[in-house]
Amino acid sequence: MGRKVALTGNEAAAHAIRQINPDVVAAFPITPSTPIPQNVAQFIADGKMDTELVTVESEHSAMSACVGASAAGGRVMTATSANGYALMWEILYIASGARLPIVMAVAARALSGPLNIHGDHSDIMGGRDTGWIQLVSENSQEAYDNLIQAVKIAENKDVMTPALAAFDGFNISHSIEIWELEEDDKVKEFVGEYEPLLPLLNTDEPVTHGAWAPPDWYFEHRMNQLHGLLNAKDIVASVGKDFGKAFGRDYGLYEAYKMDDAEYVIVAMGSVCGTTKDVVDSLRENGVKAGLLKVRLFRPFPYQELSDVLSAAKAVAVLDRVSPAGAQGGPLFTEIRSALYDMSNRPPVINYSYGLGGRDTQPVHINSVYDSLKRIVETGKIEKQFDCLNLRGAWG
Amino acid sequence: MSEKLLDWNEVLIGAAIKDPGNSKSYETGSWRVERPVWNPDTCIQCMFCWVYCPDSSILVDKDGKMSGIDYDHCKGCGICVEQCPSKPKSLTMLLESEVKGKSEEEIRKEVFSK
Repeated sequence: MGRKVALTGNEAAAHAIRQINPDVVAAFPITPSTPIPQNVAQFIADGKMDTELVTVESEHSAMSACVGASAAGGRVMTATSANGYALMWEILYIASGARLPIVMAVAARALSGPLNIHGDHSDIMGGRDTGWIQLVSENSQEAYDNLIQAVKIAENKDVMTPALAAFDGFNISHSIEIWELEEDDKVKEFVGEYEPLLPLLNTDEPVTHGAWAPPDWYFEHRMNQLHGLLNAKDIVASVGKDFGKAFGRDYGLYEAYKMDDAEYVIVAMGSVCGTTKDVVDSLRENGVKAGLLKVRLFRPFPYQELSDVLSAAKAVAVLDRVSPAGAQGGPLFTEIRSALYDMSNRPPVINYSYGLGGRDTQPVHINSVYDSLKRIVETGKIEKQFDCLNLRGAWG
Repeated sequence: MSEKLLDWNEVLIGAAIKDPGNSKSYETGSWRVERPVWNPDTCIQCMFCWVYCPDSSILVDKDGKMSGIDYDHCKGCGICVEQCPSKPKSLTMLLESEVKGKSEEEIRKEVFSK
């Protein structure tokens, strides 16, 4: 049996890494994910794991070391945030292009400038098209559970694609929550032994990684890579079920919270979903048919499944913890809106930016979103397609 | 390239390559603007050109001696000429447009007999 512990999201990630005990962790410290490699270093020093910890001089080097170690045939993990993730950028594509199932914990954080170390999704949303699987966690329990599942998903023979499991910087990374820490051997049994497909260190079967693909080869390789990423959708679902069988906590591609008869629906990712659930509960007590669609898997984006869940909604609000940065809306909004386009009777969809750079998002703000949805249904009119939550000054 | 072009669902995962050394079948000589021309009469066989050539395009005979340039792969970077320590230099760069249609012997004669 697992046991209840009161620890931070970063400690949850570090414990997951300790139990997975990968061959190599290469990492560089950056707030708010620093305590992850710091705790891993402590676990190694205390003899609780025997991972080779490679301390590098930058995140570019961290991901490069991960690529080398993974190509060599090792099980490899790392952790980062914000500008560190951004500095990994070109190597993230190399990891996914080389089909190396590296697993990364991301304590999601705002990108500079202006300089800000607090939580939002600027980092992971900026890297959403790097070819990595992206799982987003609501709380410390999910940060722990998702990191463990990410290993099995990434290493699946039909997937072989790197995966990140993100959780909100500070909201989750530095908040102490009560969550269930499973037994070491049960986690080890769940993730199993890693069998690399084409390890460089297998000198009996020499192989080249990272070679050039000219114009008459590159396209085929990229589509082969996409196929692996798309395969991850079904594997995320099946690993989520297996995880439920092993530990009692089921996972799917999304969580539909009070969605069965929901008319007013918020779609969101990350820690804001906890606040939203509280608001949904109190609205339901007052007879308002409110619901939450929490997206867990952002890449590959399960557009069909999500649009099915939203089919009965009367109005939908998508919350993005980033600036739309010149697009019609935030990345979750444009994905959801695009997914709904093929429905004959699609609900109106609006978008909010919230929580940028650690800005607080409270029940009063979530309530205002449901109020807007009710107004849209009552009047049949959308006053603002895009707005901001808890921003000083009216937007637009 | 001589090998069969494969479909997207046939290529090896991660663009890995199981037949090492296949860059030999990819000829890069056409990229060249200038070519190095070798003068065996003044060459001291120091092998600096072989050491420094970034494309393994210095030909070596069975006795381990410099025996010419692999023009199928040489990209014409000129590093061999820079490194050549003999006096006069035993390698020199010529514009491809100036040597078009001429044999190696003819080129050598023109350049090194001056």
